[in-house]
Amino acid sequence: MSLYDQIGGDAAVNAAVDIFYRKVLRDDRISRFFTGVDMERQAAKQKAFLTMAFGGPNNYSGLDMRRGHAHLVAQGLNDSHFDAVVENLGATLKELNVPDSLIAQVAAIAETTRNDVLGK
Amino acid sequence: MTAIRYQDRTYDCAPGETVLDCLTAGGVTVPSSCRAGVCQSCLMRAEEGEVPAAAQAGLKPTLAAQGYFLACSCRPQTPLTVALPDAERLRMAAEVVSIEPLNADIVAVKLKPSQQLAYRAGQFIRLYKDDDQSRCYSLASVPELDDHLEIHVRAVPGGQVSGWVHRELRAGDAVEIADSSGLCFYVDDRPQQPLLLLGTGSGLAPLYGILRDALNQGHRGPVWLYHGSTTPQGLYRTRELAALAERHPHFHYVRCVSEGEVPEGFRPGTPLDAALADHPVLDGWRVFLCGHPELVRKGRMEAFLAGASMADIHADPFVPSGGGLAAAA
Ligand SMILES: Cc1cc2nc3c(=O)[nH]c(=O)nc-3n(C[C@H](O)[C@H](O)[C@H](O)COP(=O)(O)OP(=O)(O)OC[C@H]3O[C@@H](n4cnc5c(N)ncnc54)[C@H](O)[C@@H]3O)c2cc1C
Ligand code: HEM
Ligand code: FES
Repeated sequence: MSLYDQIGGDAAVNAAVDIFYRKVLRDDRISRFFTGVDMERQAAKQKAFLTMAFGGPNNYSGLDMRRGHAHLVAQGLNDSHFDAVVENLGATLKELNVPDSLIAQVAAIAETTRNDVLGK
Repeated sequence: MTAIRYQDRTYDCAPGETVLDCLTAGGVTVPSSCRAGVCQSCLMRAEEGEVPAAAQAGLKPTLAAQGYFLACSCRPQTPLTVALPDAERLRMAAEVVSIEPLNADIVAVKLKPSQQLAYRAGQFIRLYKDDDQSRCYSLASVPELDDHLEIHVRAVPGGQVSGWVHRELRAGDAVEIADSSGLCFYVDDRPQQPLLLLGTGSGLAPLYGILRDALNQGHRGPVWLYHGSTTPQGLYRTRELAALAERHPHFHYVRCVSEGEVPEGFRPGTPLDAALADHPVLDGWRVFLCGHPELVRKGRMEAFLAGASMADIHADPFVPSGGGLAAAA
């Protein structure tokens, strides 16, 4: 069974998206990256983010990640912000009673995108 | 092969092929991004035919109820007629039945369309002044309760279309409108859910429709309406709303005044301030926000942070034209 299915698939993503996005908006370290844009479209993108981090179906390439975050890098996006996102992701999954071993796998998937997201 | 109709042409969709792939292969430009049913970039609407449930997974109930679906996840079994959500809608003639002042700045316009118009209270129509000038106005009427379409138009200083409505339009005139759209309306899937309706000025129009729609459909959970303006004179339909509150003990009507003297029976501040003071926790609520774009933007964020789920927040910012957005957003 894939990581995505073990976490609970699409239903888990739906359960996680509100919790995760609320945490991000309340987190002074990173909220500024998420406020300007239309909230509903933003939420749909958070879903894409979570699906990807859970190892679910997606067709994003490293180049897509680079392009998708380039405007944020220009606004100063760096490792500390990346760490904060991963931290919120872990806290979200904990709240949903996902076992630590799976949370570690999610963090590892997120980690593989670090250089692309940060445009390094 | 399954036939997909799009703008008067038919495209053959192979078994297992998605509507997105089929139309794209046929040379149609359909926006897309994730191609995995998550980002909703590829939103389309089925005008005829049945969409497989998988193509509506994750969509708001209001979207699904109108036949919206994700083209990248839609593998149709039966023929479909589809449209892009922002495609120019059908225009039709309508007769102005009446124009009545609601207060110093806002008039109620009743319209009788030449063809039957399927709509939900809270959606908006496009009203054409002429071929070049049109604006969106929200529907305060409820199809099951009212004979005519009703919109509330505020006079915007120097406004092309609102100025024309206020100065020139008369009962008996013929105008053109375009079909209803928008996602800010009541769906009766959870009749016990608490509802929060929040708006300023002519933002009451959709809320007035949604409120009466919900009560008429037997909504049982508490319904709170916060209507605000800078002055008490900016509010309207106050007697009708107070009467509704009298008749329906689970409906609560709160009038808010944000500037100057606040008379007895009114709350000081914006409707958002008052609503959050009364209901700091919005877990499980459904929220409707209409009117001033800044209030709507702030309200969306605050309602979400107070615990309302994203899928339960419906908003119509009355953004001025020029951007030409909002219709699809
Ligand atoms: C989805 C939707 C629903 C809407 N529903 C309603 C409704 O139910 N009732 C209603 O009255 N309006 C509603 N509006 C707003 C309406 O569509 C027009 O934008 C408004 O009537 C102004 O059009 P106009 O042609 O008179 O002004 P324009 O000629 O377009 O504008 C004249 C000047 O006024 C400015 N302006 C425009 N709007 C405003 C504003 N609201 N406040 C301050 N300055 C402004 C413009 O930037 C411009 O400088 C809605 C808008 C949207 C997008
Ligand atoms: C942890 C690794 C990350 C992954 C896998 C990831 C993934 C994604 C994905 C898939 C999207 C949607 C792209 C689209 O379809 O348009 C997206 C958008 C976005 N991401 Fe990330 N992201 C990561 C880290 C971050 C960080 C650290 C920030 C900022 C602190 C961030 C901020 C954003 C924003 C603001 C958007 C929306 C951009 C827009 O409005 O177009 N992301 N991300
Ligand atoms: S392309 Fe993202 S949902 Fe269809």
